[in-house]
Amino acid sequence: MQLAQLLLFLILFPLITAVFMFFAKKDMERAWIVKLSALVIGIVSVYLLISTYDKGALLVSAIPSEPVTLIMFIIEMLIAVFILYLGIVHKKYIVVALILVQSVMMLYFELVYAHSVEVSSNLFIDEFSNIMALIIGIIGSLICVYSLGYMKFFHEHHPEMPDKRTTFFFVMFVFIAAMFGLVFSNNILWVYFFWEVTTLCSFLLIGYTKTEEATNNAFNALWMNLLGGVAFAGAIIYLAMFGNGVMGLDTLLASGKVIALIPAALIGFAGLTKAAQLPFSSWLVGAMVAPTPVSALLHSSTMVKAGVYILVRLAPIFQATFTGYVLAMIGALTFLIASGIAVSQSNAKRVLAYSTIANLGLVVACAGIGTYEAIWAAILLIVFHAISKSLLFLSVGTVEHRIKSREIDDMNGLIVRMPKIAAMMVIGIAGMFLAPFGMLISKWAAIKAFIDVPYGFVFVIILAFGSAITLFFWAKWMGKIITVTSDSKNIEGEVDHSEWTALTSLAGLSLITTLVFPLLSTKLLEPFLMANYGHVAQLSQDNIIIMILMLLLLVIMPLSILIPQRKHKHVSPYMGGRTTTTDMRFSGSLGVQKKTVLSNYYLHEYFGEAKLRPAGIWLCSALICIMFAATALRGVIL
Amino acid sequence: MINIVWGIVFVLVAPLVGGLIAGIDRKITARMQGRVGPSILQPFYDVGKLFEKEQTVVNETQTFYAICYIIFMIFTGALFFASGDLLLVIFALTLAQIFLVLGAFAANSPYSYVGAERELLQIMAYEPMVILTAVGMYVATKSFNVSDIAATTTPVILLLPGIFLGFIYVLTIKLRKSPFDISTSHHAHQEIVKGVTTEYSGPSLGLIEITHWYETVFLLGFVYLFFGFNPLIGVAAVIVIYLLEILVDNTNARVKWQFMVKSSWLIAAVVSVVNLAALYFLFGGVS
Repeated sequence: MQLAQLLLFLILFPLITAVFMFFAKKDMERAWIVKLSALVIGIVSVYLLISTYDKGALLVSAIPSEPVTLIMFIIEMLIAVFILYLGIVHKKYIVVALILVQSVMMLYFELVYAHSVEVSSNLFIDEFSNIMALIIGIIGSLICVYSLGYMKFFHEHHPEMPDKRTTFFFVMFVFIAAMFGLVFSNNILWVYFFWEVTTLCSFLLIGYTKTEEATNNAFNALWMNLLGGVAFAGAIIYLAMFGNGVMGLDTLLASGKVIALIPAALIGFAGLTKAAQLPFSSWLVGAMVAPTPVSALLHSSTMVKAGVYILVRLAPIFQATFTGYVLAMIGALTFLIASGIAVSQSNAKRVLAYSTIANLGLVVACAGIGTYEAIWAAILLIVFHAISKSLLFLSVGTVEHRIKSREIDDMNGLIVRMPKIAAMMVIGIAGMFLAPFGMLISKWAAIKAFIDVPYGFVFVIILAFGSAITLFFWAKWMGKIITVTSDSKNIEGEVDHSEWTALTSLAGLSLITTLVFPLLSTKLLEPFLMANYGHVAQLSQDNIIIMILMLLLLVIMPLSILIPQRKHKHVSPYMGGRTTTTDMRFSGSLGVQKKTVLSNYYLHEYFGEAKLRPAGIWLCSALICIMFAATALRGVIL
Repeated sequence: MINIVWGIVFVLVAPLVGGLIAGIDRKITARMQGRVGPSILQPFYDVGKLFEKEQTVVNETQTFYAICYIIFMIFTGALFFASGDLLLVIFALTLAQIFLVLGAFAANSPYSYVGAERELLQIMAYEPMVILTAVGMYVATKSFNVSDIAATTTPVILLLPGIFLGFIYVLTIKLRKSPFDISTSHHAHQEIVKGVTTEYSGPSLGLIEITHWYETVFLLGFVYLFFGFNPLIGVAAVIVIYLLEILVDNTNARVKWQFMVKSSWLIAAVVSVVNLAALYFLFGGVS
């Protein structure tokens, strides 16, 4: 198959599946279509990698720009009318205002400049896009498969909610299509179009349950992302006015900092909103009201990854500029503050949300620094985060359906009650913060990247504190799960088949990627870095061997359970000498029986959301103002 | 380059050295308190006795975590002495430490549970300073490799005086000495219920004790890195630092965890900013 057809297939095939979702009303039909499409999307994205392997960046000029761009513009306007209508109905005037501004800007562009803009290659593929396509194609479709079981269960247990699963799956697949479009587009107008589609999709999915809270949070997400969209539109108009006809990512990167820095800062701002960086973190936390697969999708393979994708793409422009440093500082502070807030959260999904924001902050910091080492770390972070985070979200979703709670304290003794899911969660959590798993390799790479740049020590210090905090909240959660409670029964029961497929695949992926990451690095990352920066970053051979040794040790250790050993004498935990029953009830003063309840430390006094969030919002807002002021000033001087 | 011989030497010799250090520690402590104190070999007798006892457990997973703890602690130390990458050594140390915490969580006992949470607080308190120490050494010697740092002719201590102080401060936490023996203490002068190790007894407690010996030797090796330019000064400094830790241990009462976290973070932030900034502006940072 030709490259152009392959790329178009990946964009259009999920769209076709999406349309089919409207007609598949029965569970069986839907399940088959989703599973088959997921399989096809996964296989084709792997095939894309194989067919473009070792060929570097390939531009695709076969698709005519004129009609497609016009169709996109029309769809954009239709979306704008739709959002305008919803905004007025729900009295969300900030949304109305933003969509009006944005539409007027794009209308102005279309009428005045569109005919003079010519992009020769609209689509492209390189190693980085390939990695993103694999994340979207494999993790995104696994999440869709998981949703089959989850949404069925969800509607069985929430009869009060209208069953709109047809729309749900429609939007999920449109989302995947838009993400493919985003990472394959070279034409910035196309990137913008897909960008807006992801905004709309996330809005629809967050508001899925139609409760008041869901609707409010959906609009909250919408206005923040529309604000980013306005900045993006601003970048397009700036390029049309001063860019000498530059409208492709390749030409933008090649055009030099004088032309590129201002539009890059504007698009970078859009990236910050989409990647939920402070001060825009609240939309991602609010998005937790949606069904869990939606969170998994938003956090791992789509949406927020679109934000960091564009930032990493533009990183060469940010490198060694004041704008880049400020951007990196926003990311680094977001990492520190969001990690801190995560300590104080007792709701599992909120912990995951803040941890996502934090890790994206680290990616943003790397992108702002923009050296080859930093970009190496950034892409590794994107990959490993996508895998571990989707695994964790999906596990939490399954657990939530069994124990009817998202509270971490209610997950006490999960290893006894649901051993299989608990094992998945332990793999996911270990993947987030322990050596030798992916996220830790990436953080390690980030430390090395930061220390080698001017003023990099500031970022290293922030990273050191941030990762110590990260360790605290992950380890206490892991501890809850592996606590062995003597009185609990196994309530795992039959986990839905589709849920199980997704969970085991993701757990397998997180182990395998840790093992084959040297391959990932040499075969995909190094050529990409070589092409864009002329340098490669890598781990030394020794270190790779040691990491693999550690991983093997970790994998072998649990197998020791299989070795038959003599039974040890069992005693009950020390309870200060009080008489205690087997289910840990003890007689308190006045002879009242009390149950032992163990709760994690949340340290609200120091890490409370109410305290840290406003601080983060002010700091990062100020930094964004500084970033724009400095960039504009530079633009004026040059 | 990895030097496997030194790694093996560490695995074999460290428990002997660590046990002896523990014995001397107890003797000096006793003298400071006006007691005669036990034989220097007492720690070995104690551990020997632990291994003769019957293993009682709250549940079987506990022993598993204790074994993981000692394996990864040995791994950490061996990697350090075989001159691996200093950051990787620190990450391996964290992994080992997490197994101790998990073992305490697994018991589902109130005392060990509180111990586990406190142990995590301790890790959170010292971790930034330890990472920044490695970073400081990289800035000073242009390498993360332990043998490069140890063999350097640069007087690292003179370049990193602030970071050295910060490291010594958190070393007290790491060695489980007062005033920072928050999660469990080594001597009986703080508590009867032993925090994170409450539910360990017999052989598995013996394992944890041996792990601690390994850890002590590894940490003292870390201190030595500051003085690698002159082995004689290096060894002397290590001895002085350890004696200082014993003195601090015996002249301070345990503080609350809030003070521990706040003070060690404040110190870590101040010394690393000042020291790294000074290096950067004086010597132009890393070339």
